[in-house]
Amino acid sequence: MSKLTKLFKEKPNRLCSVYFTSGYPQLNDTVTVIKGLEAAGVDFLEVGLPYSDPMADGPTIQESSSIALKNGINLDVIFNQLETIKEDVNIPLIAMGYFNQVVRYGAERFCEKCQLVGIETLVLPDMPMIEYETTYKALFAKYGLSNVFLITPQTSEERIKKIDDMTDAFIYVVASSSITGAKGSISTAQIDYFNRIKSYNLKSTLIAGFGISSRETFDTVCEHVNGAIIGSAFVKHVGVNGVDEIDAFVKAII
Amino acid sequence: MSEFQVDKNGYYGQFGGAYIPELLYPNVKELEDNYLDIINSDAFQKEYLYLLKQYVGRPTPLYYAPNLSTKYGAHIYLKREDLNHTGAHKVNNTIGQILIAKHLGKKRIIAETGAGQHGVATATVCALMNLECIVFMGEVDIKRQAPNVARMKMLGAKVVPATSGSKTLKDATNEAIRDWIQHPEETYYLIGSVVGPHPYPDMVARLQAIISEEIKWQLKEQTGKENPDTIIACVGGGSNAAGAFYHYMDDKDVDLVAVEAAGLGVNSGESAATSQLGQVGVIHGSKTILMQDEYGQIVEPYSISAGLDYPGVGPLHAHLFQSKRGTFLNATDQEALDAAFELTKLEGIIPALETSHALAVLGKMKLDKDQVVVINLSGRGDKDLETYITELDKREARGNE
Repeated sequence: MSKLTKLFKEKPNRLCSVYFTSGYPQLNDTVTVIKGLEAAGVDFLEVGLPYSDPMADGPTIQESSSIALKNGINLDVIFNQLETIKEDVNIPLIAMGYFNQVVRYGAERFCEKCQLVGIETLVLPDMPMIEYETTYKALFAKYGLSNVFLITPQTSEERIKKIDDMTDAFIYVVASSSITGAKGSISTAQIDYFNRIKSYNLKSTLIAGFGISSRETFDTVCEHVNGAIIGSAFVKHVGVNGVDEIDAFVKAII
Repeated sequence: MSEFQVDKNGYYGQFGGAYIPELLYPNVKELEDNYLDIINSDAFQKEYLYLLKQYVGRPTPLYYAPNLSTKYGAHIYLKREDLNHTGAHKVNNTIGQILIAKHLGKKRIIAETGAGQHGVATATVCALMNLECIVFMGEVDIKRQAPNVARMKMLGAKVVPATSGSKTLKDATNEAIRDWIQHPEETYYLIGSVVGPHPYPDMVARLQAIISEEIKWQLKEQTGKENPDTIIACVGGGSNAAGAFYHYMDDKDVDLVAVEAAGLGVNSGESAATSQLGQVGVIHGSKTILMQDEYGQIVEPYSISAGLDYPGVGPLHAHLFQSKRGTFLNATDQEALDAAFELTKLEGIIPALETSHALAVLGKMKLDKDQVVVINLSGRGDKDLETYITELDKREARGNE
């Protein structure tokens, strides 16, 4: 059983995940950030793989990615950083990047490295479902990797149910029609959307992301789904404060 | 079915597809489900062809260039897309897509632009149809293409600077895609080239295909034969080339020559010659050949020409390149400038910098005196006057030495 599956069994509610940009604000902050977030009580982490053209991300994550790339981050450096803390980190790690990074690195080599450093789950927002079904599902399975699909307010019921069938990690519920980035509050339209998804009685764990930035938004979202991912708000926080006040940031939300 | 047409899954050989976040899936699916029915409908065809004739000024002439022909020792014809309303081939596509957007009931039009030609062509059709228009343009391009920025504003478009990355076409495209993600229901993304997720490359190629459709009958009228020996077109994303090649792709006796921008030289590190420098990857929603490093990070391209300054190439062209159906050449900044001055002097036509790259390969090709060559003269040079003035000053300074 994967760490993530075990976690979802033990803690079905108020799951808190944080996305961070590897190699940001400083190249070697990856390790400090992971340890800091685990110590602060975050349930699982999204390890951001910085990309030059992150089309699903907003300005905060794009800028942090550009800086991380300038700092010298790349997939090999990230895998090395993760390998050094493999024994110390117990919470599940998810890698989030773009499809081209995987294709260019070599999909099999990428999967092999993920398995080696303890990554069990992938989020590749621009990988088409058809490619997953025809090519990558088997490859990912070979290396014990599960794949996360995103759904949005525009995703049809039929497609959501198909995604539910294919999912062995969780469904990433994009909380609004938007790129990543803090919005401030959760609207009634978003709550209607959460309730609509719930009415489908899906088997998968539902984790919301995009626009979760405060205790208020976290609490509201957790009334409707199993947990939430905080991304841009955290990236912004370490951009301003560095990596020393991670505990305070997390405790102010969960 | 032709091996150079898109297949039912949206691929040209191994290239194409739709590599998009779920956030864009419903929009792209809506377009995919409807575009062929719309384009093939009588109502669309009637309006499209009417506007191309009465508003754009088609058919554009196929001009036999006597002086250029003498100079290079071949029969050279210029397909005068520069004479289209708004000054380039871009309007063929925007007229078509704005009608598609109207059929889909979209009210808000977004577009990306490099040189500003597509931005102007989009702002123009939005003014015509009274639709809101937002154009994303790299900050660098806004500076080097000031007249087109002014045109877009005068036409009522909002021009939004793209300030990320290289601040050029690639980044403008990223910003347009982000905007589309944030406004999925009311917005139509009017892509300017044969790039992006399926069905865009095929849709834009079909809308530009009017170019080769006209070349066929015009050439027959003038020479008695529909097929030239060679067609030359410049390629950034590749829409003018796709249009000029379209009806000839299966006629293998016609050599299709695509010319990329070599910038300061293919191996100078400052280039946009994608087919020479790129590998297979995914950019802006399609699998194609693109300039990238060993980790898949997209390399920032360079060319003097804002319209060719793109790190990828449309999937159709990637397929033409890989299958060797197309011949891929390139021209440097200076070669393009020289070609622009040459055409101006010889034929009295000031071409766009993009187009000048296509002209620049004439001197690099082995031409035969009976060879019939069609060059797609994709745009006029008004927008590049500032660059040409700088070059003119240099030439005059050299002349005075």
